[in-house]
Amino acid sequence: MMEILFNPIGALGALIYELLRSFLPDWAATGLLALIGSAVLVGVISVVVMLLVWLERKIIARMQDRYGPNRVGPFGLLQSVADAVKLLSKEDVIPARVDRPLFIISPILVLAASLMVWGVIPWSPGVVPADINVGVLFLLAMGSMPVIGVIMAGWGSNNKYAMLGGMRSAAQLISYEIPGVLAALVPVMLAGTMSLTGIVNAQANGWWFIFSPWGFIAFMLFVISGIAETNRTPFDLIEAESELAAGFHTEYSGMRFALFFLAEYANVFAVSAIGAVLFLGGWNGPLPFLPTFGPGIVWFMGKVFLMVFVFIWIRSTLPRLRYDQLMNFAWKRMLPLALLNVGLTAIWISIATGNLRV
Amino acid sequence: MSDSPVLDTTRRRDATPANGIHTNGARNGSAQNGADHDEFGIDGPVRHGVAQTGTDGLSIERVGDGKLGSALLSVPGLEAVRSAENDNELTLNMGPQHPSTHGVFRLIMQLDGETVVGVTPVMGYLHRSTEKLGEARTYVQGVTLTDRMDYLSPMTTNWAYALTVERLAGLEVPERAEYIRVIVSELSRLSSHLVAVGTFGADVGTWFTPLVYCFREREEILDLFMLCAGVRMNPSYIRPGGVARDLSEDFIDRATNFVDRMQKNIDEYESLLTKNEIFLARTKGVGLLPPELAKQYSVTGPILRASGISYDIRRAEPYGIYDRFDWEVPIRYGGDAFDRYMVRIEEMRQCVQILQQALRDIPEGEIRGRMPKILRPPKADAYARIEGPKGEIGFYLISDGSTSPYRYKVRAPSFINLTVLSQLTIGHKVADAVVILGSFDIVMGEVDR
Repeated sequence: MMEILFNPIGALGALIYELLRSFLPDWAATGLLALIGSAVLVGVISVVVMLLVWLERKIIARMQDRYGPNRVGPFGLLQSVADAVKLLSKEDVIPARVDRPLFIISPILVLAASLMVWGVIPWSPGVVPADINVGVLFLLAMGSMPVIGVIMAGWGSNNKYAMLGGMRSAAQLISYEIPGVLAALVPVMLAGTMSLTGIVNAQANGWWFIFSPWGFIAFMLFVISGIAETNRTPFDLIEAESELAAGFHTEYSGMRFALFFLAEYANVFAVSAIGAVLFLGGWNGPLPFLPTFGPGIVWFMGKVFLMVFVFIWIRSTLPRLRYDQLMNFAWKRMLPLALLNVGLTAIWISIATGNLRV
Repeated sequence: MSDSPVLDTTRRRDATPANGIHTNGARNGSAQNGADHDEFGIDGPVRHGVAQTGTDGLSIERVGDGKLGSALLSVPGLEAVRSAENDNELTLNMGPQHPSTHGVFRLIMQLDGETVVGVTPVMGYLHRSTEKLGEARTYVQGVTLTDRMDYLSPMTTNWAYALTVERLAGLEVPERAEYIRVIVSELSRLSSHLVAVGTFGADVGTWFTPLVYCFREREEILDLFMLCAGVRMNPSYIRPGGVARDLSEDFIDRATNFVDRMQKNIDEYESLLTKNEIFLARTKGVGLLPPELAKQYSVTGPILRASGISYDIRRAEPYGIYDRFDWEVPIRYGGDAFDRYMVRIEEMRQCVQILQQALRDIPEGEIRGRMPKILRPPKADAYARIEGPKGEIGFYLISDGSTSPYRYKVRAPSFINLTVLSQLTIGHKVADAVVILGSFDIVMGEVDR
């Protein structure tokens, strides 16, 4: 009974597994369960991402003294559904002289990579799609996947705007990857594990990693490079509307465009989730004595949406950086700071564990 | 378009005469393959055979369609890159359909990486032969054409035209009409600068927040126009001899209310942009226009005043009743995109000052002077100019004694200001080119006429 309360999804999974096991061999049951699990995960993420699109439009509209979507469904909640239906029903245009394989694969690759991140994110105790012991490594690897799709789209579109966008993305995402990785290293060092569950458990005492000075710096660096990696204002040079029309997805329309669009929001959601896990204590409540509250998913989602809100807020406020300023900022400001921060963390850990005697 | 000579102000660091021809070859190669490609961004200047002579200044010259390298360049998907490979440069076509060319303006840019090494502005996509149309209409009908030139600030253009006709025909304008003209023109200037500041924010890359804030106030101004002229966009309100209709008490009240709130709203735009670190980084030192260059190119308006030249026709050669108001000519000395933005912000504050005085002092009386039934100015010519939101807007009319002008010539500030654009853009990044263009605040209806 208690298990249902604290670990509902795990219990449900066990139940389904027992059910399948009753008429299937062990390997088939395991495979089928994994398949069901990923289908459910992709479904849930897609719905949340659609909600996110609505949320962003609504919040930005409010910040801009407008109403935002309010026609389809209550509070315009079904606006994203209507948009998706519209985009699905549009003609699938593939311009004549594009590089067809690249053009077709790239949106799929971008979206797939941003969904893959969710494979290792722990939602609440026990609810982890795949609890692998190098979770952080996997996240970082998946985080740099979309850039390949973006470059493919930019190159394959046979369009100068798209190509400029793609080239910018290559430079930008690689530059911001490095401070991002160094920032993510800090929680790994503090927790002493690369497992995301382990990192969350290390923050269970209420001492989230953001509360230490190095953790705070790392969090800030992480958020900045997170914005850069999700291509959002002030780092949205890749699609920079006022310069490059639509950047790398200039030639895309209909559902292929929608995949890029969804991928952007899935990325925002994913980066927020990673930030919440690494720095904000994941499913832990804000105070140590508070329970991980039914399913800790409430705390977790609360933190994720708080970060999403900050992302949206930044987008509606800031102008865009220029290409050279962006690179200068990454290499001359963020990288040294991130390195220094990792060094500080290492020294502190050595002192705390008594390995370093001054 | 393909028959018209293209203004080529391309300045090239290394004059490679074959460059334009190479890109031409690319286009022809693909055309011969029978593939009809989407034109967006792919086809450069090449269709029109733009002259790439490597000289400074203007050269109105066309080169024939070259066939060089078409075999090499006919590999699908590679011609954009290959043509750049020849000389490390890429031709990027911006516009006429582009989010930030402020209408159907077209920029053909030669890029070295992201750096602009050559700019060719192409105008004329919105050409409606306004000047010729003006010669086919009577003097009073001619007002309607002026609305459609600077459609973001119709009242000032109306006034410039009306002033010329009045000068030509020797018409008197009553006191109340003069006040009304000042009021609607300053409101018009305010709304034009609101659009300039808002779209400039969008050009710098904000997600439309300043734009929406600015349009919120612009909306109120347009509502006021509807109250006085009956329409929002093309009012034709200021006419030779006076104005079209009288202002109601309601208008005065609402305008006073609006103007009193405006200072606070301007603070709000400033809080979003003026001290924003990224905004400063993007606009300071970008597109420097030295005062000498500004004079050489007859640049006028806020752009000139941002370069340190205090020249405002309302002060230099007061028309109407501008000499009665207490206001200052905002001036800044940096000459960069940021200063142009700041001059517009300051001008909006001065607009508010003038408006407050005019709304307070407006007398009762006639709104139209004595006008003949049919306006036939004597054989003469006249030029009158006023300070529009974009600069000096002037009309030159020649009368042959009939009911319509023999010649109807417009000095369009946006057009003349644009001539200096390529000088400022070269050497900057693509993103800066957009910012510089945004800081010029052009309106295509006036550029192309």
